[in-house]
Amino acid sequence: MTAPVPATTTAPADFEFHRPADTAEALRLLAQRPETVPIAGGTDLMVAVNYRHTRPAAMLDLTGLAELRQWTDEGASIRIGAGVPYARIVAELATVLPSLAAASRTVGSPQIRNRGTLGGNLATASPAGDGHPPLLATGACVEIASLEGTRTVDAADFYTGPKRSVLEPGELVTAVTVPKAAGPQQFLKVGTRNAMVIAVCSLAVSLDLDRRRLGTGIGSAGPTPLRAPEAEQIDLPWAAPSRLDDALLIEFGRRVAAAARPIDDVRSTAEYRRHALAVCAARALRRVWTAAHERSA
Amino acid sequence: MRVTMRVDGADTAADIDRPGESLLATLRDRLALTGTKNACEQGECGSCTVLLDGDPVCACLVATAQCEGREVRTVVGAVPRAVRDAFLTCGAVQCGFCTPGLLVTVADLLEREADPSDLRIREALAGNLCRCTGYEKIIEAVHVAAAASVSGAEEARATDATAWPEAATTPAVDAPAPDSVAPSAAAPPATERTGDARPSAGEPQ
Repeated sequence: MTAPVPATTTAPADFEFHRPADTAEALRLLAQRPETVPIAGGTDLMVAVNYRHTRPAAMLDLTGLAELRQWTDEGASIRIGAGVPYARIVAELATVLPSLAAASRTVGSPQIRNRGTLGGNLATASPAGDGHPPLLATGACVEIASLEGTRTVDAADFYTGPKRSVLEPGELVTAVTVPKAAGPQQFLKVGTRNAMVIAVCSLAVSLDLDRRRLGTGIGSAGPTPLRAPEAEQIDLPWAAPSRLDDALLIEFGRRVAAAARPIDDVRSTAEYRRHALAVCAARALRRVWTAAHERSA
Repeated sequence: MRVTMRVDGADTAADIDRPGESLLATLRDRLALTGTKNACEQGECGSCTVLLDGDPVCACLVATAQCEGREVRTVVGAVPRAVRDAFLTCGAVQCGFCTPGLLVTVADLLEREADPSDLRIREALAGNLCRCTGYEKIIEAVHVAAAASVSGAEEARATDATAWPEAATTPAVDAPAPDSVAPSAAAPPATERTGDARPSAGEPQ
């Protein structure tokens, strides 16, 4: 069957849709017309287009760029191309990047995870994006390319405000480099169901036993995803693991909640977000500590 | 702008007039393929689920222009008879609006996993909302379809085994033994997966 092609009654509209073959061509096109809107999985952009919140005259498809759709093992870290969909992070990287894989598994639904990408999460820079907390907790770096070259930005320095980042016109997020887990990690997300939910709040915690370091990342409880530096500095009983007690867990929760800058909105109140983060933090620390202790025993 | 893609096994062209036109709009409004339903247009409900190069996606969130040269399968071309029959048998359809999306998602699940647990079914169907059934009968239908697919494969295996009646007594160098036929027989042949007589499409990429 060849489906009938409806005759167009009006002259073809003046619009551009580019399907570059490689990143260099994508960057050239973007430099020539900076208002061109890049599209990868489309899970954020197409909602805005469907609801007429935006009507791009020119779009740039990133899904054809093979170099963005692969991840590579860099030894101490994994470099994930910006176009790798969440479904593949869940299926292929759960062992080396457990908190990022756990967070990826909570993104939308299977349909969304087949399309949505970490690069899109970063470019959109929603404070509620599920990918952000694990990137903060593990000290990941974001790779940004333009015609001028490539620059690398720590995830902690990437976000500048609600849906704002250091990304400049003409720049593309090309990859994220995430250190491999050096100990147990947790990702906890609060919402009304297990799927298709924008986080009320979320928290990633990573533990590095060798370097005696704790990493944190808070989502959906501030104008940007946030770290909790004072919580990361909490004095843990590294030499005597069994001495981690409830008081310490509660103090860690208090410090995480204090680092959040939540607001009241349609999904929750600021007060509940702080409360939930404190509970999640204590739970996450107990889990990573127990897992690490069991592992080394 | 003309976009050519394979839809349910057929080479198909569509002329779109804006870069952000969704695959859902193209299927329904330009190609008159209305099996794929439009409900939320924001990826929340799964009514527009289609297989894009074999993966379930929300057609409303795919720009048609991203589909140049790619393979799209809708409820018409993606769903084996066993899945459709199970939905009818179990009463997994009430108003029916979510059904095409669910059928596509279930067909994909069963192709990846022959006998999924309740938990796996719930996770796989998390992106398909149904406001009528309460999901219980849909989950039951997945189990029934899985069982039917397994017994269908066993029948196929039995048929294939009889295709080499001499194999048991005359081991031939080139003729495959019945057991070696079983793995390929367990997977439904591609021709059974299409809803009609159209040629089945090749694997993506």
